[in-house]
Amino acid sequence: MAAIANADLPVLDVSGLETTFSTPEGEVKAVNGVSFQVRAGEAVGIVGESGSGKSQIFMSIMGLLASNGRARGSVKFKGTEILGQPPSKLNKIRGVRMSMIFQDPMTSLNPYLTVARQMTEVLVEHKGMSMAEARKASIALLDRVQIPEAAQRFDMYPHEFSGGMRQRVMIAMALLCQPELLIADEPTTALDVTVQAQILDLVAGLRRDFNMALTLITHDMGVIAGMCDRVMVMYGGRVVEAAPAGKLFHDPQHPYSAGLLRSMPRLDETMHDRLTTIAGQPPNLQRLPSGCAFRDRCDYRMEICATELPPLRGIAPERSKACHLQAL
Amino acid sequence: MLNYFLRRVGGAIPTLFLIIAVSFFLVHAAPGGPFSTERNRPAEIEENLKRAYHLDESVPRQFLRYLNGLAHADFGPSFQYKDFSVSELIARGFPTSLMLGTLAISAALILGLSAGIWAAFRQNSAVDYAVMGMSMTGIAVPNFVVAPFLTLVFGSLLHWLPVGGWDSWSNIVLPAIALGLPNVAAVSRLTRGSMIEVLRSNYVRTARAKGLRERITITRHAIRAAILPVISYLGPAVANIITGSVIIEQIFSIPGIGRYFVQAALNRDYTLVMGVTIFFGVIIITCNLITDLLYGFLDPRVRYD
Amino acid sequence: MADVTVRDIPSPIAAKEVAGRSLWSDARRRFLQNHAAVVSLTILIIIAALSFGAPFLGLRDQDDVNYDMMPAAPPDFATGYFFGSDANGRDLFVRTLYGGQVSLTVGAVATLVSLLIGVAWGATAGFIGGRVDGAMMRIVDIFYSIPFIFFVILLTVVFGHDIILIYLAIGAVSWLDMARIVRGQTLSLKRKEFIEAAHASGVSTFNIVRRHIIPNCLGPVVIYVTLTVPTVILTESFLSFLGMGVQEPQSSWGTLISEGARSMEISPWGLLPGIVLALTLLCLNFVGDGMRDALDPKDR
Repeated sequence: MAAIANADLPVLDVSGLETTFSTPEGEVKAVNGVSFQVRAGEAVGIVGESGSGKSQIFMSIMGLLASNGRARGSVKFKGTEILGQPPSKLNKIRGVRMSMIFQDPMTSLNPYLTVARQMTEVLVEHKGMSMAEARKASIALLDRVQIPEAAQRFDMYPHEFSGGMRQRVMIAMALLCQPELLIADEPTTALDVTVQAQILDLVAGLRRDFNMALTLITHDMGVIAGMCDRVMVMYGGRVVEAAPAGKLFHDPQHPYSAGLLRSMPRLDETMHDRLTTIAGQPPNLQRLPSGCAFRDRCDYRMEICATELPPLRGIAPERSKACHLQAL
Repeated sequence: MLNYFLRRVGGAIPTLFLIIAVSFFLVHAAPGGPFSTERNRPAEIEENLKRAYHLDESVPRQFLRYLNGLAHADFGPSFQYKDFSVSELIARGFPTSLMLGTLAISAALILGLSAGIWAAFRQNSAVDYAVMGMSMTGIAVPNFVVAPFLTLVFGSLLHWLPVGGWDSWSNIVLPAIALGLPNVAAVSRLTRGSMIEVLRSNYVRTARAKGLRERITITRHAIRAAILPVISYLGPAVANIITGSVIIEQIFSIPGIGRYFVQAALNRDYTLVMGVTIFFGVIIITCNLITDLLYGFLDPRVRYD
Repeated sequence: MADVTVRDIPSPIAAKEVAGRSLWSDARRRFLQNHAAVVSLTILIIIAALSFGAPFLGLRDQDDVNYDMMPAAPPDFATGYFFGSDANGRDLFVRTLYGGQVSLTVGAVATLVSLLIGVAWGATAGFIGGRVDGAMMRIVDIFYSIPFIFFVILLTVVFGHDIILIYLAIGAVSWLDMARIVRGQTLSLKRKEFIEAAHASGVSTFNIVRRHIIPNCLGPVVIYVTLTVPTVILTESFLSFLGMGVQEPQSSWGTLISEGARSMEISPWGLLPGIVLALTLLCLNFVGDGMRDALDPKDR
């Protein structure tokens, strides 16, 4: 019974997550009451501008917040509460069942240790392998992520790899223990466009092979399009819309989502004089406005938007939005 | 790696040559000679003296002679201690100075690294401010002010330690502390800053994201990166200790090279002053070389530039 | 990273030509918020004022020998001997003040020397660039490894104890960091567009350096000047302590400390000039750090 129940449990169940940072200038609310689930094998995309809180959600989940950050709420990994757990408990899940890759592979790899060291230590630590076994397994995975001549490069240092290759190394490192969830925080932002496509293809393929859930954090809607089953749009530390990818792209129901999609230049449209933008600036997270954080930039704003915070409500199966508008 | 090593050695040679050349020509540019302060002598004896010390030859010729001597570890005769050669005097004083200096540097590293790492983990706490305050003071206050105070407190008032001389093990404690203190301060400050920065770095974040035990993250990833600036500092630290030893040996009446140097300077013993300067120069250059190599060993990025 | 010293080198400040005023007023505001720096600056001003104002304070003359206070009497506020007297019955407080004149003057002059050499060297190397730059900075690297104090001592041994020589020698020893900073600034400024514009308008190289490069280097230069002063004063005290610095009848703090250390066991108040020196150096370091934080704030 337990095994069957386990398979049904969502990989990630986040409820009411709030993350604040204490700075000399005051408290900054980076994540403002976020709730969502990630099911086994599912790919969820998280979209938003810088400062929307999308990265901090997962930093909180992984226990990687800066020392002045505090996270409240509930985060369950396969039914086990992990928010606020001490590192000794978290380390049984981090790197083993839940892995994270970051935006800048150059600074995310230790420049003073060989790639070999940085990879084998994961297997030695979590799987108790011997160094020889760990080396074999690591090299095999490096082959899998298409690092040419993996065996020869294995003992090199990170600075001897190119940007795209470093990101592949990071991906391989994250997948060594075959985690159930991979969190990818803007994995292609720092890379060339051509390399971007390769990396995304690689991740998609690996996801299928390992049957992994994926949360892909990005500010680029185009990246989401090919990769994700579901999408969450973030603004001002809150989720403003959540929908299956196809539905979101065809029929966005939140003015912000619509604005994001409109601002993407498209090849199949006639050329306009100017690119479409969303007027205004992202909100100051230290002084969030009352009501809806997006109201100052919204074309459809109403009086109620300034006084009442729109709750995230379901509008259709698998769809929800946080907006006072009935329909866009 | 070999390339790096050879380049570093290659760079050291012109430095050494510069030290020797500058010392030599400075000394020989002096008005009067090494004997001019002594009583008037008949011209004949003056001539003989000059010839004996080869001072009648042209300066470039003397320089070559000096270089030749150096190649044989012969720094020439001492003008002050007429029965000794400079090499003998240096050989006499070196073991003492070496012991003092090594103790001071070891203390600096051990205490400085520990204090710095400790403060980094307790940022903005009372411990942190205390460590930072003490480093500030240790760096700013000269050792010839600290030394008399230490002597006063631990020697004259508390009678725990002897104030001078070189008879027993307890003699080395106060001088070593006075000598090492500014370096303890500098090392702890460097370590703290560097450790704080490293703990905030992306690669330490990755190490934690990989679920490694915190102890491994700290020792394998963080500390290794954090000590690099300290390694770089070792070169200047040795130079610091050598210059400091000159004063400390004087204050505590320790029979090391530094003390000979001061006496030589006050008595215008040119060859001894020159010899000690060159000798210390060699030590500093060697230590800088070792430091560079050590750094190259720890940071793979510099090996390939 | 290979050349890191205790004072780490700050990043080049973006040249805010038009907003020049706001950079300095911004920095001043930040400086004033730094309590340690402000207190230190106040103390320094007091010490300097007392030292240079000593002749006007109606105090005893520094050479006045008082046989009643011989061989060395402890501090006595009633009689006005604030630091007591030295082994020769002279008022130690007054001697400390006059010693301050010497030490602070050497500090100022030698720093000026080091400033001139360093800025000239660094600006030239940075501006000309290429192989000349490479060679000039190579020389700086070489000089870095030489124990300069020994050369200064050698100089005093050889040429005697002329005060001018001491100013020059100490200044010549301390210009290396300055040269490095100025060269770095010059290199980054050189590539900026307004320099190209000046060139294109026919402004001579000399005037470009004078009008554009040098004012924009001021920030880091000011920081390093305030950090050089304590080094220079320390070097002079070091020499004087050993008897190789300023000679009688002048005495600097170094000489006083040396005397005090010798008779320390019977008259420990002889070390009071040492406290004054230490205090001055400490304050200078705080002010220097304060200036660095004000002009180039980095989260430390």
